[in-house]
Amino acid sequence: MHRFFVFMIAGWSGFFVMAFELLSGRVLAPNFGSSIYVWGGVITIFMLALSIGYLLGGRLSTRNPTLRKLAAILLLAAVATLPLVIAGDLALDWTFSLVSDPRYGSLMSAALLFFVPTVISGMVSPYAVRLLVHKTQLSGHYAGLLYFVSTFGSAAGTILTAFYLVLYLEVNQIIWTLLTVSLLLSVIALSWRTKDAS
Amino acid sequence: MRLDVRIILAHVALALCLRGEDAASETVIHSERSLYRNITVYEENGERCMKFSRLYAGNRQSCVLLRDPARLIFAYTKMMLASLYLAPRPTKVLILGLGGGTLPAALIRIFPDIEMDVVEVDAAVIRMARQYFDFHPGARVRVHEQDGRVFVKRAGRTGAKYDLVMLDAFDLDYIPEHMLTREFLQEVREVLTPTGVLAANTFSSSRSYAHESATYTSVFGEFYNLKRTNRIILAKMDGLPSSEVLAKNAKSIEDKLKPAGVDSGWLLSLFSTMRDWPKDARVLTEQYSPSNLLNRQ
Repeated sequence: MHRFFVFMIAGWSGFFVMAFELLSGRVLAPNFGSSIYVWGGVITIFMLALSIGYLLGGRLSTRNPTLRKLAAILLLAAVATLPLVIAGDLALDWTFSLVSDPRYGSLMSAALLFFVPTVISGMVSPYAVRLLVHKTQLSGHYAGLLYFVSTFGSAAGTILTAFYLVLYLEVNQIIWTLLTVSLLLSVIALSWRTKDAS
Repeated sequence: MRLDVRIILAHVALALCLRGEDAASETVIHSERSLYRNITVYEENGERCMKFSRLYAGNRQSCVLLRDPARLIFAYTKMMLASLYLAPRPTKVLILGLGGGTLPAALIRIFPDIEMDVVEVDAAVIRMARQYFDFHPGARVRVHEQDGRVFVKRAGRTGAKYDLVMLDAFDLDYIPEHMLTREFLQEVREVLTPTGVLAANTFSSSRSYAHESATYTSVFGEFYNLKRTNRIILAKMDGLPSSEVLAKNAKSIEDKLKPAGVDSGWLLSLFSTMRDWPKDARVLTEQYSPSNLLNRQ
């Protein structure tokens, strides 16, 4: 059951990141358009944030790793997206008036709005690997399995958001839905661990 | 009954013949992949066209008649010029979407001293308009390589005003979705003078027709709806002029529009204010704009 939660969190985190990346294009379009530069800025920031997240998550996993902490990372990533929902428009208006070049404008906006939550999301995968691996011989096996689950989650998050969610829901409704699932999953994982310990 | 069938068969046969002839006479002049799409310039039946595709069935963005470039080929271009019936003397114009440059070129021919900003996101389209469609406007016409939405937003911030704004930005499928929302149209309002005119090129038969109509109504109120294959929306900031005023304006610029092949009787007959969409159609906003998806269904 412990493993099941680790996989669930990793898969959902993958879903969450890509759903967000897709919506970020929609969020930036009113101020910076839908030119190739905007996607360039968005993808750069997401990749950079994930790379740093992997580094931090790996480091953190060396210190007494628990499922509880993994759930806390998921929760934290969700909380870190709240500024986007609440003050995203203000931030975008500010960067719009500050930077006129659509390349650096979108890069800066994406950095402001998406960098922190994506760094935290990036921490999930290496941390989850540590929770799964108990034998060195099986480390590659579990790392592969985890990459599979989280990247599969990313694929699902991309296609569901792009093809279906935007048809039925408003952007903010989609974001709130994503946040609610993150919240539920982390709370369940947190309480499960408590029962386990008692 | 039998006669009808024969007539239909004859038409089908004729259509097939014409198609075959078309396909045979199409000559590709230039084809390239830009940052955004495939663009092909080709000639057939004495016309030079630009399309955003490499396939024959690809959609045509612009066409010019080689022996008479002043003569407009597409009905939609003439219908966009119907905006002049709402206000016949524009001095400063904004056009989003360049294509082969037929629309700005037509306006320059009608008003040689017109001041104009043309916005086109694809640098390759700008280059090809110059090279293959002889688009060499004078110093009073500026071409901006930029996203149209961003240009309008920035123009609004600097307080720039236009007495005519023409929305003609299209991708392969349709209008980019960030240029279909209520927020975008509000930004367009910002850059119009108090008596300014808006002309928007859309499609008549798309799933988002009702959504678009509701969105334009929410920002501009009542508008003139001109429908053929394309649907042109014409709105005016200080309210729509009556049909008498339209007819008077049409008369006053009839001579100027004649070289373009515009028949004012035909154009005037297309003006309508009838609401042919459901009342409860949902307005497209920044939060909800699945129009491009709707169009593909």
